[in-house]
Amino acid sequence: MTAQPLLDVHDLTVEFSTRRGIVKAVQNVNISVAKGETLGIVGESGSGKSVTSYAVMRILDRAGRIAEGSVMFSGIDVKAATENEMRDLRGREISMIFQNPRAALNPIRKVGDQIEDVLRQHVQSAASDRGEKAIEALEQVKIARPRERYHAYPFELSGGMCQRVVIALALACNPQLLIADEPTTGLDVTTQKAVMDLIVELTKRRHMSTILITHDLGLAAAYCDRVVVMEKGRVVETAKSADIFAKPEHAYTRKLMRATPRIGVSLRDLLPEEEGAQAPPPPSVMAGLDPAIHQSSNDSSSEAMDPRVKPGGDDITKPLLLVEKLVKEYPRQGASAVLSKLFSRKPPVEAEIFRAVDGISFTVGHGESVGLVGESGCGKSTTSMMVMRLLDQTSGRIAFDGEEIGAIMPQAFARLPLRKSIQMVFQDPTDSLNPRFTAARAIADPIMQLGDIRGRDALRARCEELAGLVGLPVNLLDRFPHQLSGGQKARVGIARAIALHPKLVILDEPTAALDVSVQAVVLNLLQDLKQSMGMSYLFVSHDLNVVRLLCDRVIVMRAGRIVEQGSSESVLGDPKDAYTKELLTAIPHPPLPVH
Amino acid sequence: MSAVLPAVDPAGPARTSGLAAIFEHTRYVLGENRVTAFAFGLLVIILFAAIFGPYIVPYDPLASDTAAALKPPSAAHWFGTDQLGRDIFSRVVVATRLDTFIAVASVALVFLMGGLAGIAAGYFGGWTDRIVGRVADTIMAFPLFVLAMGIVAALGNTVQNIIIATAIVNFPLYARVARAEANVRRNAGFVQAARLSGNGELRILLVHILPNIMPIMIVQMSLTMGYAILNAAGLSFIGLGVRPPMAEWGIMVAEGASFMVSGEWWIALFPGLALMIAVFCFNLLGDGLRDIVDPQRRT
Repeated sequence: MTAQPLLDVHDLTVEFSTRRGIVKAVQNVNISVAKGETLGIVGESGSGKSVTSYAVMRILDRAGRIAEGSVMFSGIDVKAATENEMRDLRGREISMIFQNPRAALNPIRKVGDQIEDVLRQHVQSAASDRGEKAIEALEQVKIARPRERYHAYPFELSGGMCQRVVIALALACNPQLLIADEPTTGLDVTTQKAVMDLIVELTKRRHMSTILITHDLGLAAAYCDRVVVMEKGRVVETAKSADIFAKPEHAYTRKLMRATPRIGVSLRDLLPEEEGAQAPPPPSVMAGLDPAIHQSSNDSSSEAMDPRVKPGGDDITKPLLLVEKLVKEYPRQGASAVLSKLFSRKPPVEAEIFRAVDGISFTVGHGESVGLVGESGCGKSTTSMMVMRLLDQTSGRIAFDGEEIGAIMPQAFARLPLRKSIQMVFQDPTDSLNPRFTAARAIADPIMQLGDIRGRDALRARCEELAGLVGLPVNLLDRFPHQLSGGQKARVGIARAIALHPKLVILDEPTAALDVSVQAVVLNLLQDLKQSMGMSYLFVSHDLNVVRLLCDRVIVMRAGRIVEQGSSESVLGDPKDAYTKELLTAIPHPPLPVH
Repeated sequence: MSAVLPAVDPAGPARTSGLAAIFEHTRYVLGENRVTAFAFGLLVIILFAAIFGPYIVPYDPLASDTAAALKPPSAAHWFGTDQLGRDIFSRVVVATRLDTFIAVASVALVFLMGGLAGIAAGYFGGWTDRIVGRVADTIMAFPLFVLAMGIVAALGNTVQNIIIATAIVNFPLYARVARAEANVRRNAGFVQAARLSGNGELRILLVHILPNIMPIMIVQMSLTMGYAILNAAGLSFIGLGVRPPMAEWGIMVAEGASFMVSGEWWIALFPGLALMIAVFCFNLLGDGLRDIVDPQRRT
């Protein structure tokens, strides 16, 4: 480290005054960033990593204040600076990239105009060449055809493209420090790689310092010089990113590292050491100790576990779920289509139809878990909605357990007894729980509608039993969703899905909104439940590392078509298709110690 | 399996339950927001007058005493007397019941009609949405007070018809708010989950969506309550509504208006003040109510 760091945060404590008194979000944090250095701040939600960066920019909420410590930025005391001085500092000296690029851009203004605003604000250019400078900024973030894109509105650009514009905005005034707050969360893995490569390349070339705030240890290790690990508002470890993986000092860092899904480990390995040692898994769970991949080959063990699994030969001919040539079309609602509908009687031309799912076929066997993988917009969610009978398909057939469910309208399907057999765990645990229902009421809802348990006490007993199955403390059953943590909400969602003993559960990115340590626990829970209840899973995800751990087979989708399918081992270990290869190489690989 | 993850308790171990929690929460919101507390105080006074008014007033509101006609405010008659010698204080207090009844009844009616039509329109979309939307547009195409006058004139001059007219006039407000709120939630995760649980569409609408839009509807109800009182008083003022000699703020203002020129200001002023305070109270309540009924704020 150089003698004079660019940013020096010393003993920083940030307090928020809330209804329950003062909460210290950040306590005695020491961070320094040297010129040209890339620093990663890693931590789970609530660890205070974002609050630290907000304190540096002095953009804390009204309720928050810097209680103790100092923040020095190249000789300026940020804590004592006036609001005018700070306004000059923000954008010109320190700039920030936010998590959601779409929210960071003004939706009703052209991106070129928005870049010009920043230039104008900080008097970086004369009015005459401002437009050229904005185009140059777009060029530098490698946006194709920058001259045209200058006139584009944010909604016309993809998520990755928007993030590039945000980066262009952040770098327009050549700041000395860039703070990137989860810049790639919500982006696809290939886009994530492109965006991160771009950030690193641009900042290195300009000799800028960068603070990368992320929950992904692998991402931080792959792109940062040093990593700071935060837990509950405190810095628990600071080290070179190569060292932190080789010999993590703090127990929390080790726990985080263990919980990160990666190649060559099983689901059980994700759990913290102490807890794994304390509670040896029950016999029914022991099979799960093997990587999930071995399970399909190990027929005898899974058969013993689940009486519903039919003998090998029958299993292949009669899958639980059979999807054949499934197609979903949407009319493309462009402005020109609407206009032509208004002004001409000609039927819309063929090209106006968009095929979200384009003739896919696959099967899911009894007791099997199949991963459905692809980037956003590839049609994987549409496929799962059609299988769930929440959406009608355009053509194709869906057979479940020998019955043609594709022919049943979604509205009618809701009341059929078959509804019990196909259930779903949703992506966002917060959004999928009714804010006005307690946890117990949410779990009881499917039982009250379709189950055969009647009477308040019996229902309550069943809810408590289910809560026990998913590891939700019974005393939390009377809480409302907003009083539960993310992991607890996920458990409520899982308990609701398994309440009716379904045969097939569709998991729509069930861990995407969770921290890695919670994700590790939830994935293990899902695996255990599958073992003990003999369910099949259709696991929709974009995270290949998670799919590798949980699924027997993988289906890779792109633009509505299946590009590759096969056992997890073969598809993810030895991909045949170029797209699968691209997906796999885009995953940030942390420098892992050899086991 | 519960050993795998120790339960983290976000809300703290000690939690009061049920009614006590709601009371505690209400007290907190009122302590935080003095204006709402003031409005609640006014509401208590108004409700007290509406319920117990006839039993506590010093004079019979309908008894005339020509010897004491047009007396200014005094110790015997706090608000003075009108042209027939009736005690204005007694009449103002007694009228509270009728005016609040009209307001509450019409708001309840419009909530049932507009609210339900609105969430159905927002949830189902398509033809339901088009029909409800066009009905609302049609109503909004008229000047609202003129429309209310027309309805009362056509249906007849009774309290029941004032309630119906006030409800119809407010229909678009409720239908639009409910439609927007339901539309946002029609594809929310919890609604999808409810479908998977085997809930029928109607049940989803009433059990899952309606309770979630109640906070905003309650705010809406509080705001229209003030408007409903004004509307009823306005109709009575122009003679299309409650008929004399019944005590009602609108008629009393109308009767007093002609005496303003000759200097007997108290006849119109006091019922007018009562009207103003009632409207003021319901308008102020809106924000505070939202904080109290919103579960997100109850932590």
